[in-house]
Amino acid sequence: MNSPRFNNFVNWILARFPLTKVWNEHLAEYYAPKNFNFWYFFGSLALLVLVNQFATGIMLTINYKPDSALAFDSVEYIMRDVDWGWLIRYMHSTGASAFFIVVYLHMFRGLLYGSFKKPRELVWIFGMLIYVCLMAEAFMGYLLPWGQMSYWGAQVIISLFSAIPIVGEDLSLWIRGDYVVADATLNRFFAFHVAAIPLVLVLLVFLHIVALHQVGSNNPDGIEIKENKGPDGIPVDGIPFHPYYTVKDIVGICVFVFFFSVVLFYMPELEGYFLEHANFIPADPLQTPEHIAPLWYFTPFYAILRAVPDKFAGVLAMGGAIFVLFLLPWLDTVKVKSIRYRGGIYKKALFLFVISFFGLGYLGMQAPTPSATIAARFLTVVYFSFFLLMPIYTRWEKFKTVPKRLTSNSSIGDQLPLIKQAVSDITQDTVVTTKSGKTLHLKTPNPSGLRSASVDLAKKMKDSLD
Amino acid sequence: MHADIDLSDNVSLKRGAEHYVTYCLGCHSAKHIRYLRIAEDFELNEDVVLKDIAPVGASIYDSMLSAMDKHDSKRWFGNVPPDLSLIARSRGSDWLYTYLKSFYRDNTKTHGTNNALFKDVGMPNVLWKLQGEQVPHYSDAENQIISSLSLARPGELSPSEFDTVVTDLVNFLDYVGEPAKLKRQQMGKYVLFFILILGFIGYLLKKEYWKDIH
Repeated sequence: MNSPRFNNFVNWILARFPLTKVWNEHLAEYYAPKNFNFWYFFGSLALLVLVNQFATGIMLTINYKPDSALAFDSVEYIMRDVDWGWLIRYMHSTGASAFFIVVYLHMFRGLLYGSFKKPRELVWIFGMLIYVCLMAEAFMGYLLPWGQMSYWGAQVIISLFSAIPIVGEDLSLWIRGDYVVADATLNRFFAFHVAAIPLVLVLLVFLHIVALHQVGSNNPDGIEIKENKGPDGIPVDGIPFHPYYTVKDIVGICVFVFFFSVVLFYMPELEGYFLEHANFIPADPLQTPEHIAPLWYFTPFYAILRAVPDKFAGVLAMGGAIFVLFLLPWLDTVKVKSIRYRGGIYKKALFLFVISFFGLGYLGMQAPTPSATIAARFLTVVYFSFFLLMPIYTRWEKFKTVPKRLTSNSSIGDQLPLIKQAVSDITQDTVVTTKSGKTLHLKTPNPSGLRSASVDLAKKMKDSLD
Repeated sequence: MHADIDLSDNVSLKRGAEHYVTYCLGCHSAKHIRYLRIAEDFELNEDVVLKDIAPVGASIYDSMLSAMDKHDSKRWFGNVPPDLSLIARSRGSDWLYTYLKSFYRDNTKTHGTNNALFKDVGMPNVLWKLQGEQVPHYSDAENQIISSLSLARPGELSPSEFDTVVTDLVNFLDYVGEPAKLKRQQMGKYVLFFILILGFIGYLLKKEYWKDIH
């Protein structure tokens, strides 16, 4: 590869394109904190899923037909008659849910370590815009298979726009292109799903990364590594993203793809959570399904919508639940970033927020009952309180001292003896003689060990909330 | 009731396909499957499929289409019988198995039968000749809540023989719902094994690169 010809070729390129500069700025000389933990895999995983959705999506459009008379059958054609069509389609449908799992964990990382705080406000805003685009992308994509849930889900969501006073009816008519969800709707959703929104999405991902690399990555300690530079101008606690984090992300990717493949090959419908059963019935405008529920990633917001008695107020609350996330950098003005050094009050608030999010997600899947509605209203209040009361409750927070330099993470290798110790604490060796006269050394649970271990665990969990 | 089906049992699948053509295809198409695909997936000779499974005159390239006219069926049953290509995916195999075994005598209905799982279904009990005739027992006679069904008149088959017929049929419908299912599950373990190995190598690579970082 070091032939003069090759070098000439490289020089020819470099004289015309800043290849080395881009490579160095964003990979080989982009210094990332050395203490990234589990939570820091989800950014690169989101990028991986994005690429997966693009690749499989393009392959699906080759055989998919955006026509209300043909769409459903064309999806089945892909599933049956196209070589490896089932694999491509499942990669795309599983990828959609995986995208939201990864993105929700990525966003939660931000809440844990204060990654949205100064100077990373714009990184967070671009990220939130990506999230909104992703929701539009998922909603429009879900209409394309033209099953019963595709159809009626779209019908319900678009009709929400008609709740807007004065312009509502005309607006929803304009969105659908017809008086009900119909061929016109399918065609325009196809255009938006495969062309318009992906373009915006790519642009936003680019901006998200550019903004991130301008200010540098946050880390589990929430300390700015740029404030501690060596004589060479390189952060002392920073390591080049490539090769350190590229090789580390390969491991993360393998773990992720493993779980992804378990779903894809053994349970692509995931009991109706990833592909709803009713969506295997072709769309029928004359027959409303008894229970219309969106896919799991929308259900927290759907539950908020249903919790509010007035339709328009419900739409506002649902929109507000997403909008309030945009305001996060200005709601949480505490200087301490990482949850490691924050006070118990924030930890407890975050814990309640997580419960409200899961609770609303569960309630959004269920048919509404009076008691479920009351629960949803309560959790909606918790959801909004976490954000809107933030400027108030953080005033009483007592912080721990933030160290000057990054603390190191314990690796799996360091933790092995601890795990071994824990196992030996909760088990006891018993010698059993079988009927045939053999003696066996068995590990059986040790009741007193189990008891003290669970008390310790409970204490630890309580301590971690202080 | 649980349907004890096995997608790798080609003999059961072939019997199921035969039953489907005999008892179901009169009204219900399964337009997303072709006879050729059945021959390939069940490892059968094309001639055998044409002779044993496909209706007389069908080509190996045909889809499983019903000959019934839509307007006639609307007049006869009040509804167009649905295409069953994906019924196992929308309802599940256990539901189908229970449904096919839940018909009972109900003289208030046009066809003389009703279904304990799918009340007032338009479909008559097509398998009555094989199964015999079931009658309901009510736990709450006023509100017509059925607690169990029992065989009042035996059919051509014994109950266990009939169970096999229904199981084969449900097995076939499950196959038709997703012909690639068996292949997908068989492939899964190789893919997972490959990823495990790749992940292990990746982990060693990471450890090697990171040994100087403290």
